[in-house]
Amino acid sequence: MSDTTHNQETLRQWLLSDRPASRRQARLGRAYIIWQRFSDNKLALLGLMIILGLIFVAIFADQLAPHNPVQGDLRNARLLPPGTAGYLLGTDDQGRDILSRLIHGSRLTLMVIGLVAVIAAPIGLIVGTVAGYAGGYVDAILMRITDIFLAFPKLVLALALVAALGPGIENAILAIAVTSWPPYARIARAETMTFRNSDFIHAVKLMGASPFRIVLVHVMPLCTSSLIVRVTLDMAGIILTAAGLGFLGLGAQPPLPEWGAMIASGRRFILDQWWVAGMPGFAILIVSLGFNLLGDGLRDALDPKEAGQ
Amino acid sequence: MNASIPTQQVKRGKSRASQRTLAVAGFLATVLTTFLGLLAVTFFIGRVVPIDPALAIVGDRAPAHVVERVREELGLNLPLWQQFFIYVRQALSGEFGTSVLTTNPVMEDIKRVFPATMELATIGTIIGAIFGVPLGVLAAVKRGSLIDQIVRLIGLIGYSVPIFWLGLLALLLFYAKLGWVAFPGRMDLVFEFTFTPVTGFYIVDAIWQRQWDVLWDLFRHIILPASLLGYFSLAYISRMTRSFMLNELSQEYVVAARAKGLSETRIIWFHALRNAAVPLITVIALSYAGLLEGSVLTESIFSWPGLGLYITNSLQNADMNAVLGGTIVIGAVFISINIFSDVLYRLLDPRTRSR
Repeated sequence: MSDTTHNQETLRQWLLSDRPASRRQARLGRAYIIWQRFSDNKLALLGLMIILGLIFVAIFADQLAPHNPVQGDLRNARLLPPGTAGYLLGTDDQGRDILSRLIHGSRLTLMVIGLVAVIAAPIGLIVGTVAGYAGGYVDAILMRITDIFLAFPKLVLALALVAALGPGIENAILAIAVTSWPPYARIARAETMTFRNSDFIHAVKLMGASPFRIVLVHVMPLCTSSLIVRVTLDMAGIILTAAGLGFLGLGAQPPLPEWGAMIASGRRFILDQWWVAGMPGFAILIVSLGFNLLGDGLRDALDPKEAGQ
Repeated sequence: MNASIPTQQVKRGKSRASQRTLAVAGFLATVLTTFLGLLAVTFFIGRVVPIDPALAIVGDRAPAHVVERVREELGLNLPLWQQFFIYVRQALSGEFGTSVLTTNPVMEDIKRVFPATMELATIGTIIGAIFGVPLGVLAAVKRGSLIDQIVRLIGLIGYSVPIFWLGLLALLLFYAKLGWVAFPGRMDLVFEFTFTPVTGFYIVDAIWQRQWDVLWDLFRHIILPASLLGYFSLAYISRMTRSFMLNELSQEYVVAARAKGLSETRIIWFHALRNAAVPLITVIALSYAGLLEGSVLTESIFSWPGLGLYITNSLQNADMNAVLGGTIVIGAVFISINIFSDVLYRLLDPRTRSR
């Protein structure tokens, strides 16, 4: 027993060492400190658990779902209340098990936030770092464009875009991505400005690095941590916008078990069979709550200025 | 919206005035480009994204010469910049084409429905501010206490809950189960014949005409959607109030006021809140703009005949003129409120004034 505690103690010391012997030790040490700050925050841990749970459910949806999410039992199982044997959360108007639909819907939710993040974050990163590093006219023009998009009401712009592109989950993702990159550009630019004139940038410039290389290799990696926090904090908003588009019939199309669209189809039964629209709403609430808690925790852990207060 | 105010004034005298003119000119240029950008984006959505608007009108089986004629009529043969120029001119004179759904000019429709949205957003913001500001102040004063936790929870849920779902549940509870509020809509059908709105703001009209039964009915209709929007604005306003107040309460003038022996109530509500008021006004204005947008989903739930419902109904009928017209109007109001709050901030806070 005492041996393991001793080992743990030396590991801790190795991680927190003031003079890391290798880059790996320094990185692991930093990660350890961030993890300690993060795990002190119980709510943030809860958020992390929710998101890990969501990912788990999405991966094993086929194994976890007790019924077929698309094909229901129209004859025997229409609009059964929650708690009916075999249908934990009840069934909808087509006799489909709501729990199974929610489980399969988690894949769509993950797909939406994943793709939006993959499309929007790099656009914001590129625009922001280029504007911040180049300065002058390039900066002015890029930031004007960013401000114009920022001045738009997000949901309304997404609505208009989907109206033009045609309804569907791919177009909804595209529309949300187009509306969500400007804050990332702002953040990346602000970060870039802070170390644009620092010594290490001058050093690589003297070594003959091209502006392209400087931005790509030296500037961008330094912007990622604050960008990750912001993207995590935005995930809840992305989920809500996607659900809103689905609710208006512009996102995922039936019979896809998208949560917002499920609320829309349960709307007709809200007075007598509340669970058809009620359950998917709970799912959305829990997942966006998870992302908000996780984002808050990450911000506090990664930003020493905030955490110091 | 970042017109820079000169902070370093090297030269004095004459250059001050010219610097000020420069700042104002820069600000106006920013405003102008933002509005032009709004039009450019909607132009792009309307003209460029659907591959060929002419084909969308005549269908893809129409003979080539028909397609060509429609293209000419729509001005699609002109170069893009010229099309954009025409588009801007039309938008400035309020011409957004005719709605396919209502067969009225889109601008006329918008004029009819917009007051309903503004009424809803105004009442919502009032609710949010009346409850949000005191809650935020209390949370800041009693930091870490139960009320602080409650404010935090309200904020967290406000940022995480789908508004349309909460609206449905609220309807289920307050309309269907408890019967406290009226059926979705703006007013009972009965009053359609006895009540003639003048301004389009029904509440104002009802008070003006002293029709108290109408006013009561309007209240029973607006209270639920307005409270719902109010909740979202409360979540934002209380969170911001809390952080502004925390900032103010740590300032030295608060210590000085305490040393003078002023009562804590006076310090909090008169000294600190007064100083927090300037950024708060900006926050309330921004939350008003946010509610205009949030009304799109809320109006759909509560059958509220405003701009949001107009846009979603038009969407469902592929009525692009109406959708884009509505988008431009909401966008323009949104931008205007942003600019307004920016200007207000500068006027109210002496520190941001360029002397």
